Amino acid sequence: MSHLLEVKNLDVKFDTDEGRITAVENISLSVDQGEVLGIVGESGSGKSVTAKSIMKLNPGNTSYNEDAEIILDNENVLQFTSKQDLKKIRGGKVSMIFQEPMASFAPAIKIGAQMVEQLLIHKNINKEEAKSISINMLKRVGIADAEKRFNQYAFELSGGMRQRAMIAMALSTMPKLLLADEPTTALDVTIQAQVINLIKDIIKEYQMGVIFITHDLGVIAQVADHVAVMYLGSVVEKGPVNEILKNPKHPYTKGLLQALPDINNLDAPLSPIPGNIPSPLDRPTGCVFRTRCPHHNTEGKDGKIEMKLIEVEPGHWVDQCGIKCGQNG
Amino acid sequence: MGDNLISVNNVSVNFDYQENFISKKQKIHAVNNINIKIKKGSFFGLVGESGSGKTTLGRAILGANKISSGNVIFHDDERDYDLTDMNKQDLKEYRKKAQLIFQDPYAALSPRMTVRDIIAEPLEVMRITNSRQETDERVRDIAAKCRLNIEHLRRFPHAFSGGQRQRISIARALVSNPKFIVADESVAALDVSIQADILNLLKQLQTELNLTYLFISHDLSVVAHVCDVVAVMYLGHIVEMGPSRELFKNPKHSYTKALLSSIPSIDPEKRSEAIELKGEIPSALNPPPGCVFRTRCPNPGVDCKGGEIKMGLIEVEPGHWVDQCCVL
Ligand SMILES: Nc1ncnc2c1ncn2[C@@H]1O[C@H](COP(=O)(O)OP(=O)(O)OP(=O)(O)O)[C@@H](O)[C@H]1O
Ligand SMILES: Nc1ncnc2c1ncn2[C@@H]1O[C@H](COP(=O)(O)OP(=O)(O)O)[C@@H](O)[C@H]1O
Ligand code: SF4
Ligand code: SF4
Ligand SMILES: [Mg+2]
Ligand SMILES: [Mg+2]
Repeated sequence: MSHLLEVKNLDVKFDTDEGRITAVENISLSVDQGEVLGIVGESGSGKSVTAKSIMKLNPGNTSYNEDAEIILDNENVLQFTSKQDLKKIRGGKVSMIFQEPMASFAPAIKIGAQMVEQLLIHKNINKEEAKSISINMLKRVGIADAEKRFNQYAFELSGGMRQRAMIAMALSTMPKLLLADEPTTALDVTIQAQVINLIKDIIKEYQMGVIFITHDLGVIAQVADHVAVMYLGSVVEKGPVNEILKNPKHPYTKGLLQALPDINNLDAPLSPIPGNIPSPLDRPTGCVFRTRCPHHNTEGKDGKIEMKLIEVEPGHWVDQCGIKCGQNG
Repeated sequence: MGDNLISVNNVSVNFDYQENFISKKQKIHAVNNINIKIKKGSFFGLVGESGSGKTTLGRAILGANKISSGNVIFHDDERDYDLTDMNKQDLKEYRKKAQLIFQDPYAALSPRMTVRDIIAEPLEVMRITNSRQETDERVRDIAAKCRLNIEHLRRFPHAFSGGQRQRISIARALVSNPKFIVADESVAALDVSIQADILNLLKQLQTELNLTYLFISHDLSVVAHVCDVVAVMYLGHIVEMGPSRELFKNPKHSYTKALLSSIPSIDPEKRSEAIELKGEIPSALNPPPGCVFRTRCPNPGVDCKGGEIKMGLIEVEPGHWVDQCCVL
């Protein structure tokens, strides 16, 4: 079976005043229908840039490599240029939800009007049908008084409700792929639990594929089937969620887990990963993690080991540098 | 009062609210009849959802918010300060002794000042030092304690990472040599690795400089790791309070239990044991009578519904306090 989404050998570079930045390098990922792929990593690791590439939403100073492919439903999104094609990946087959729901809503247009407009662009239906789909979707995400909310502005809703309305809008067009970029990061744990449960129910019901971006490994453990761990633009490890969290191999993945305060293990010290993330302008050659890795051997340290994912267990891929030098850690 | 640094006695903070100029004046009950004692050298945690009143209480203790009723006493070595009864001189002294570390290391630092000037500013504003040389010495000294390099001092804050900026904020808060620090969501915006680093730094500075913290956070895992005492706040009330380990192991109040169960477990095999709370925290304009949590409580008792029982903490184990509605 072919995957719903397959990203192959993607590089994303930005031209800036200070030079050319490599934001994403040589990443390959896939998502199946009904599956959640979690992407985790520190700020600046390239999670959002990766998601935006799938909708071709990166700005004008972006360049993609010639041999990269983003295959969605058997079409290469990177080749899309016509308005008609772009429509398919921006609200048609793909929808995106964000950390800040206000980013999805125009402040001066009522929620309902925005939902209807979106549906009319992407579906062959009339206004009445669009309205009823929208109200049903608002109900589906647990918004009480959906008819009333339909006629309100986003700022009139509480934080948790706005998050639900944004999810309703993203889902109303029945996308095949949902890109969720830190959708629960700004929420209280109680509301986060509600939103996570909602997203899980909806995936089950509609069998869509999801990319769930977060820097919270606990959230990953709760929602993802597979996980990709990113550092400075590279995927350093990926595999089934259980494998990655319980049997991590790469020193960076292990470092993230050791820095995390675990409520079930209060005696464990909090161990930060030493050093700082280098600027993407000084991206290390060879293993990107080598300037901070506690386990590197001389070859790895000198940048002589090229990055390449190797399958260590069925479906569990780790960067070869991480295996070679990280064995003792 | 021996080993307490702060006593918060029956403190309430209300804000006046008027939707528009014709509607009637209402009161926002941000903080309601709070009693806490913060021991010297304690890492006192305050948790709860946003809107529960944590920041308002923290600011009231710093003298940055008016106190509507009750009082806050700061027990210094030589004398007590009553925050509701301070003259200008007292307030000036208190400002040196009690400081705030901000949440957002990006917004908090002025982009046009060098790191040296940012850290030095409190010394200059409060006229603590007498010469530039003395100021420089204090700045260098605290910067080193916060693990900032001397070369960093000449740079502007935009050149720094989130963790470094937070260290700058901490150095600025500590330069006046305070005894008491309110850290309001000070690690919330940071990546886990940087968060671990800053938490370790706060712990280390606590021992080195004899600090007492009020650590405000909505992240219970973080609080469980660093705090020795924790108070759980909901809609202006403290509903449970106790030694951190005891409270996390043996929560008594329905709200504490729900909060704890909502923390996403790092174990993918333990999914969805969350006690799901319906809806959101109600407005502080019209808090429900009786137990304030009852509109969202997953299993209210018969007595809870009527709202007959008045809220108030009772001690169920030594040092472990729970709202009486929930245990009676
Ligand atoms: N338009 C752009 N021009 C230049 N650089 C950019 C642009 N967009 C992103 N970058 C850079 O690309 C890198 C990856 O950014 P990205 O937003 O994907 O990170 P992220 O993993 O989503 O981080 P966060 O957790 O902070 O959201 C960063 O170094 C960022 O500064
Ligand atoms: N200056 C103010 N004026 C009016 N209402 C306020 C003010 N500051 C806080 N509040 C209200 O007081 C309540 C508690 O807020 P806050 O202390 O910020 O909570 P927390 O820090 O726990 O999120 C909220 O209902 C908030 O809207
Ligand atoms: S190459 Fe060396 S430096 Fe890189 S992850 Fe591996 S062990 Fe660490
Ligand atoms: S007092 Fe009653 S309503 Fe309030 S939290 Fe306890 S059980 Fe729930
Ligand atoms: Mg991002
Ligand atoms: Mg606050």
